[in-house]
Formats: sequence, C-alpha cells, structure tokens
Amino acid sequence: MGIGTRKGLWLARSEDRQSWQLDGPHFLMSEVLSLLFDTRSDPPRLLVGFRSSHWGPSLQHSDDLGASWVEHPEGSIRFPPDTDTALKATWQLVADPHDPDVVWAGTEPQGLWRSEDRGETFELNRGLWEHPHRPQWGEGYGGGAIHTVLPNPQDPESMLVAMSTGGVYNTRDGGSSWAPGNTGIHAYFMPHDEWPEFGQCVHKVARDAVVATRLYAQNHRGVYRSDDDGVTWVSIEEGLPTNFGMTAVAHPREGDTLWLVPIASDGERIPPGAQLQVQRTDDAGKSWRTQQQGLPSPSYTNVLRDAAGTDTHQDTGLYVGTRNGEVYASTDGGESFSLVAQQLPDVLCVRAVTLS
Amino acid sequence: MTAKVVLPGLLRDLADGAAELPVELQSQASLGELLDAAFAPWPILATRVRDERGEIRRHVNVFVDGEDAKRAQGVLTPVTPSSTVHVVNAVSGG
Repeated sequence: MGIGTRKGLWLARSEDRQSWQLDGPHFLMSEVLSLLFDTRSDPPRLLVGFRSSHWGPSLQHSDDLGASWVEHPEGSIRFPPDTDTALKATWQLVADPHDPDVVWAGTEPQGLWRSEDRGETFELNRGLWEHPHRPQWGEGYGGGAIHTVLPNPQDPESMLVAMSTGGVYNTRDGGSSWAPGNTGIHAYFMPHDEWPEFGQCVHKVARDAVVATRLYAQNHRGVYRSDDDGVTWVSIEEGLPTNFGMTAVAHPREGDTLWLVPIASDGERIPPGAQLQVQRTDDAGKSWRTQQQGLPSPSYTNVLRDAAGTDTHQDTGLYVGTRNGEVYASTDGGESFSLVAQQLPDVLCVRAVTLS
Repeated sequence: MTAKVVLPGLLRDLADGAAELPVELQSQASLGELLDAAFAPWPILATRVRDERGEIRRHVNVFVDGEDAKRAQGVLTPVTPSSTVHVVNAVSGG
C-alpha cells in the first residue's frame, strides 16, 4: 500500500493484511497527491506525483517498489510554452485499460495528460485544455484540478473527467472534444441557476465494476448515479446519514457496490455523530448500510477524496486514511477495520495492490 | 570573470554535492541567463528553482549581490561577471 501524506510517502507491506511494515518517508516534506501501482508489466511500476511547497511539483517512478526512484530530467509534465502556464501539482494517475503503455494524469491547473511511455513523459490533451468553459471553472479549497480520470474499459474513445468546481466532462472521440455531463446534479451555491450545464462541485466519481456506463458521484452536497456513462444523474442519497463527503470507491469486481465516507456537512467537516464510518451499498444506491466496526469514536477527522481505495486481492481489501494520519484496513468488505498506521501526517491518497 | 550561484543545502545533492556553481561571464547578463548557464548540467535542479515558464518559484528566493530579485526585475535583474547569487528556500511552511 502506498500512503501519500502532506509530508511524504510511506509504503506499507503485509503478508496477511493484518500486520503491516511501514517504509518511509519517501519525499519528506512533499505533499504526495497521487499514486499509481501499475501492474500491467513485470516488474510493476510505482508512479508518484508530489509537490514541495518550496521546490515545486515532481513526478517520479520506481520499478523496484520504492528502493530507487527515477525522475525525468526536465520534468515528466511540463505545460507547453504557448499555454503560459506552470504545473502546480499532479492530482491523479490512472492506468489506461486498453493500452499497457498509456498512463493518464490529471493536474492542477485543470489539465488532462496522456503518456505513451508508462508515465515518463506526458502530452497535454488540447481538447479539454482549450475548452471554452475553462475561464469559468473554479477552484475548491485545495485548488483547481482534474481530480478524477475514468477511462471507459469497454470503449477506448470514451472517458470521464471531473473537477470541483466545473463538474463532469466526457469525451466520446478519444479526447478531441469534451462535453459537460452534469444534468441532474444540484449546484445549490449558484443562486441564479441551481441546475447549470456546468460549474458543479463534484468531489469524486467512481465507475461501476460490471456495468461500465454506470457511475457514482459524491458531490458537494449530494450523491448521484449515472446509468448513461456520465451524462445524466439521479440522486441516490436517500438512506445516507448525510449527503456530504469527499470520496467514492467502487468495488473492483462486484457490480452495484460502492463505499462512501460521509462527512456531517460542508459546514461541519467531521464524521456524522463523530463516528468515523463508511457507507456501503450493494444495490447501486437504492439502500445503504453503515460499517464502523474498528473505526474510532469520537472522531473529528475526515477522509479526503483520494484517501480511500481497494486492493486487488480476491477477498477485496478496503483502506481509508484520515486527515489525522491514521490508516485503517478492512479485509471483509468493510464489515470490520484494523489500524495499519497512526501518527502520520494528513493522509492525502491511499492506493493498494496485491503482488505475488 | 566568474560569477557564482550559491545553493541551499537542500538542493546540493542535485548538483553532485556542489555548494557553489561558477559561471564565466564576459559582460553583464540577466539573472535568468546566469541561472540557465549555472543549471545547464543539472536540469532537475533547474526545475526546483524555476517553473517551466522560467519564473522563480513562489517560495524560493534569489538574491543578486544581496538584493532580492523578486523585488527587483525578477529573472531580468542584471548580474555582472563578479556577481554572487544566493538561492534560498523561503522561510515558509507548516
């Protein structure tokens, strides 16, 4: 497991997912915002996007699981001169489901990037960068970034990206053109038009494991499902203790199955009832149940948008990292959790993988 | 004559341990030109100090003969063949 924090990266290894050994910090004093364990080749490649408040952003990779790191001499992601823009950070790293050499990156400012050499160099997607809506995209507290990149595993021409604020955008032509896909998502904070074409504050989107055109969105107030590949959305928040949160994690193999980590509200960013918990659905959001065994109470922390994830074990593991530097693991689908790590800096991203 | 760029300890590993990078200058130049020459053998070091537009990063300060370049002309600040340039990480952070 990679645990990206406000002040560096820790790598946690376990034979049984009960007892963990931590190795770190790597990149001490850097915010580790994005991680990818790319297992499409042997050896697997670990890609890490981070930024130092002093020395700027960096993207490095390791082909020996963190024993050594490689950085492109001029930086893997550099905005072209004509954009007059500087990279602030890489927020998302995603393996393409169709081409084993292709890696996608989402950045701040709002850029989508494609690598054809497994993450060593990237090219800016011009279709999204030059979108006429760009001047009206906003910045959340953490900055304005493409925080979600979801290629469609059944259609290489189709992809969804999301940002807050701005919302969901889709391409159906391999990235040449992009259209907003926010119909049905409420933007209560826009008093003159609460149902705009774009401008929504989508916090995270996850794709269903079985039905590729089914997606789930945790919004800034509101939880939604799309059954048309991210064009229109319906609310699935009934039954949840709150409609606010940052993250959404789909089960890697079971359809209709999703976890959320609820936050009391946008004005009270603590767990509902001060009980750290996850909410699980097995029916695509028709019903929800609370999973909290092993999670602390009272708790006044929360879980950020990329600080939760699953592994690739046959008995799927679920991992959540908190802003007060704790990481919890579940090996029974969220029914119970055990502590993996504590006293780390704020956890920004968690990614896990099963390696032989 | 030889101008020099003095590196902070945190960046010296990126210049093979060097604390100072000498640059031969025949005449006055800009700070940007001096940094380009000093960092040419060390491209990763260059990315730590300046972004891809060539601007000095927000929390990095560069002093030309004791003068804060950001309060002068930025990377266009004049340097002479005898200038000493200090690169300093700003006193910021949490």
